[in-house]
Amino acid sequence: MIPAGFEYARAGSVDEAVELLGGDADAKLLAGGHSLIPLLRLRFARPSLLVDIGRLEELRYVKEDGDRIAIGALTRHADLVRDPVLAKHCAVVSTAAEGIGDPQVRHRGTIGGSIAHGDPASDLATIAITLDADLVLRGPGGERTVTAADFFTGMFETALGPQELLTEIRVPKVATATYLKHARRSHDWATVGVAAAHVDGRVQVGLTSMGATPLRARSVEEAFAGGASAADAAAHAGDGTSPPSDVNASAEYRAHLAQVLVRRALEAV
Amino acid sequence: MTRIAVTVNGSRHEADVEPRQLLVYFLRDQLGMKGTNVGCDTTSCGACTVLIDGESVKSCTVLAVQADGSEVTTIEGLADGDELHPMQQAFHEQHGLQCGYCTPGFVMAAVSLLKENPDPTEEEIRHGLEGNLCRCTGYHNIVRAVQAAARAGA
Repeated sequence: MIPAGFEYARAGSVDEAVELLGGDADAKLLAGGHSLIPLLRLRFARPSLLVDIGRLEELRYVKEDGDRIAIGALTRHADLVRDPVLAKHCAVVSTAAEGIGDPQVRHRGTIGGSIAHGDPASDLATIAITLDADLVLRGPGGERTVTAADFFTGMFETALGPQELLTEIRVPKVATATYLKHARRSHDWATVGVAAAHVDGRVQVGLTSMGATPLRARSVEEAFAGGASAADAAAHAGDGTSPPSDVNASAEYRAHLAQVLVRRALEAV
Repeated sequence: MTRIAVTVNGSRHEADVEPRQLLVYFLRDQLGMKGTNVGCDTTSCGACTVLIDGESVKSCTVLAVQADGSEVTTIEGLADGDELHPMQQAFHEQHGLQCGYCTPGFVMAAVSLLKENPDPTEEEIRHGLEGNLCRCTGYHNIVRAVQAAARAGA
């Protein structure tokens, strides 16, 4: 399976990437390529121009910024796994990254690519929404910040404008958090994934592969904050979700799995 | 066409490639290096694993243009003349292969694994090779080979 033809341009800076995107309405950004290249090969995506931002080392970092951690969008999954700042202040990002694909995929895939792709099966997207991450976007009008809750607008759809790119992900420092992922094979997408984290004195819960976007399990959070046991709160895991049925699992199985994983996650935090 | 310069197994190659050219086909068809196999073509099986700047990648999921300026190592680049690389020697001695189709990918993934973790446990080896599939299911001897290579200081 060979991709359809496209033009290629490598951006030397974020500003140049924005400019290149502006020159072609069907342009797409290429970072690590581990979401996009499979789609190109299947010809589900047929951009006329790929703007390669994969070499922008300026977007590959993890650093402390007050009570938050700033992660450059081109930080690779393998970087997240072994990053000492994350290990100390937000280890759940590393945990989720370690479960993505396999070592080869983690050597290439980036956190920004994973989030910007808008895939409801993205583990890091669920981490972002669970932690109320701020996402920094750069476009022709400059920089703006949107919350993860506002970023994911639909299946493979995000708040990114046609000429914008995601440059940074800001997450809070969290002492206690977990990410549980169930997959039939070790390198697979999550059949269901569940994140739980203490953020500002409250337990927040997020779900992977339970709808068109990564979701917050708000009714679980409210029940748990109101004193419900982990098991009782987890009974609400399916509220407001629309899990898909596919080759890996039926919607009913996913709904059950979500309850089990939410209970375990709540017990763990 | 885009002009790229890639160092493959220590030799610099300059070539014009279509941007859609995948690295594995650049290696096999343009450079004639057939040691890297194409298995699933869907980022699943790992048969096409090579190293880019020392790290394992699936070359069916990297565009040749993305490797521009990089150092690529393939299975052909491991041996030193007639002397096998310690990982190849270990696969040979431990019989870490059956039909052999997945072997180049496994060897390259294992070389990358030991570079990051020189003394892995059996569980870490199995976890570290999760991106490679052996349809003959010859995993036990593959794990033994990696253990032997680690002991040999590969």
